[in-house]
Amino acid sequence: MSSPDTTEEGLVEESVESQGDLIIDEERDVLVESIKKDLGSDFIDSHVTPQIDIWIRVTQKAWLETARVLFEKYEMSFFNFLSAIDWKPSPFGRDMDAAIDNTDDEVDIESEMEWGVTGGEKRFQLLARVHNPVTNIGINIKADLEGDFPEVETWIPVYPGANWHEREVMEMFGISFTNHPNMVNLYLPTEFEGNPLRKDFPLLSRRAKPWPGIVDVELMPGEDDDETEESGEET
Amino acid sequence: MNLEASTQQLSYIANQASDARVNIELETEGMTLNLGPQHPATHGTLRIIVRLDGEQVVSAEPVMGYMHRGYEKLTEVRTYPQVTTLVNRIDWLGSFANEVPFILAAERLMDVEAPPRAQWIRTALFELSRIANVVLFLGDMAVQLGATTPVFYAFRDREFVLNQIESVTGGRFHPNFDRIGGIKDDLPKGWIQETKDVLARIHSFCDEMQDLVVGNEIFQTRTRGIGIIPADVGLSYGLSGANIRSSGVDWDLRRDGGVGLIHDQLDWKVWTHPDGDSFARYWVRLQEVRESCKMVDQILDGIPSGPIMAKVPRIIKVPPGEAYVETENPLGIMGYYIVSKGDLVPYRVKIRSASFNNVSITPWVLKGVYVPDVISILASLYFILGDIDR
Repeated sequence: MSSPDTTEEGLVEESVESQGDLIIDEERDVLVESIKKDLGSDFIDSHVTPQIDIWIRVTQKAWLETARVLFEKYEMSFFNFLSAIDWKPSPFGRDMDAAIDNTDDEVDIESEMEWGVTGGEKRFQLLARVHNPVTNIGINIKADLEGDFPEVETWIPVYPGANWHEREVMEMFGISFTNHPNMVNLYLPTEFEGNPLRKDFPLLSRRAKPWPGIVDVELMPGEDDDETEESGEET
Repeated sequence: MNLEASTQQLSYIANQASDARVNIELETEGMTLNLGPQHPATHGTLRIIVRLDGEQVVSAEPVMGYMHRGYEKLTEVRTYPQVTTLVNRIDWLGSFANEVPFILAAERLMDVEAPPRAQWIRTALFELSRIANVVLFLGDMAVQLGATTPVFYAFRDREFVLNQIESVTGGRFHPNFDRIGGIKDDLPKGWIQETKDVLARIHSFCDEMQDLVVGNEIFQTRTRGIGIIPADVGLSYGLSGANIRSSGVDWDLRRDGGVGLIHDQLDWKVWTHPDGDSFARYWVRLQEVRESCKMVDQILDGIPSGPIMAKVPRIIKVPPGEAYVETENPLGIMGYYIVSKGDLVPYRVKIRSASFNNVSITPWVLKGVYVPDVISILASLYFILGDIDR
């Protein structure tokens, strides 16, 4: 399962060479290079975890174009999901966690934005994933979005399944999609104010009644009393 | 002889003509039909606004959100071990399977691998929850088409599977048993033999369903050629699991995915069906239950001995990074995209649930069908409301 040279029936032969500890995933590298050539200057960054996954980052204006290229040229016919990430840390810091759960003493509320894989520039990043069921390679696509209430082109012409995902992103993050046929709330009531998955949207239930933290401190039968946090392993 | 034949032919033509005249003379008018939110055919509170022209559906628009619980927001204030409690409630009929991709994603970020024994037991429970889930579908689809008996058999035999899950995990529906680095506990004494008996029961249940439902003429008339989904349309809507395999797509993550379960060490087969209709979806699921029974049987014979937990710290902090892990769950592909910032809690979790995508095809597939077929198609797509609304 973890051996790189699995030759199970149905598994696509992945051209993988093991050079010492360094695993090289030629198939995915070639794919990323090829996509980079197709998208030109709209291709910003990429990241390949050998054997596992691909991330690419494109510009906002090439969002629909990327889907089209992946669908038509690379036969990524399976639409997996479309979502977004808010990279601006919550202004409430850790006050919604139980104090007892906190192991860090210092909480930096004014912390700068830090982006994940393939980096970033803006607060909101779109995140989508498509998959090629024949070669069984999936790809995560990210795009930085300009502004506080960004607008971006819809993926529906290429992947009709993006319809509901985009409605969900609209209500949860306040990112709207142009040319979408039915840009209304999916889950939330029409009169709902705010965008719940933004980090600055407080979780009010935690405000009203803070989380009690780790209350289950009773030892299991047979568990050693001396077992402390430093030395103990999870039992 | 000749005269008789021609008389028959004439009366046949006359019948056809009178039918045609009725169709011309009956004026149809548009109306809006609200299916749900409390419709028995929806496993929960899915509301579908169906606009009809006579008996024919002009458009169908599902309305969701009656059960939205905001799990993606809630995970941001829960530590990693606490998240499994939440995700148990997504697909409540096969709860253990919900935990597996999340735990695998966290393990990938932490670079931990569960010991072999834990992986084998995990896979056994994963497949048992698939059996518990899909067995109910096999009876439920029949009851929605008017046959009441199979659903009682389904509830009866599912209970034995749930008993086996309960005797390991302590929970019938919400096991909360999977841990980062392994599983919570070992198997109880005598469990392996009991499970073998249960598997034999499920095998005979499948044979029963084959006779009672699949071979039933009424069932075939109600499902064959109804709600056909071509493979390319299904893929572009993100249809997964048995729904896409019954459109002829030979793609199963248990075989092709290669994440920390041990399906690749077992001898089993991926079933597909070329038709893509309601009947195909039922038939493929029936075969999948049989395959799952075969898998669990092999697992029970081959569980290696050894520890059930890897070495993980008591307080789990996941290193910064992003990971997406998906597995082939009872309802289709379920995945978790975890963004970690090296904290006790995930920074963001995107839950990709199977039913959300599976149901998003309903406006497409229900267009132009007749009202009784709406029920047949919805039943065969097999969704669970918690899995749509999350």
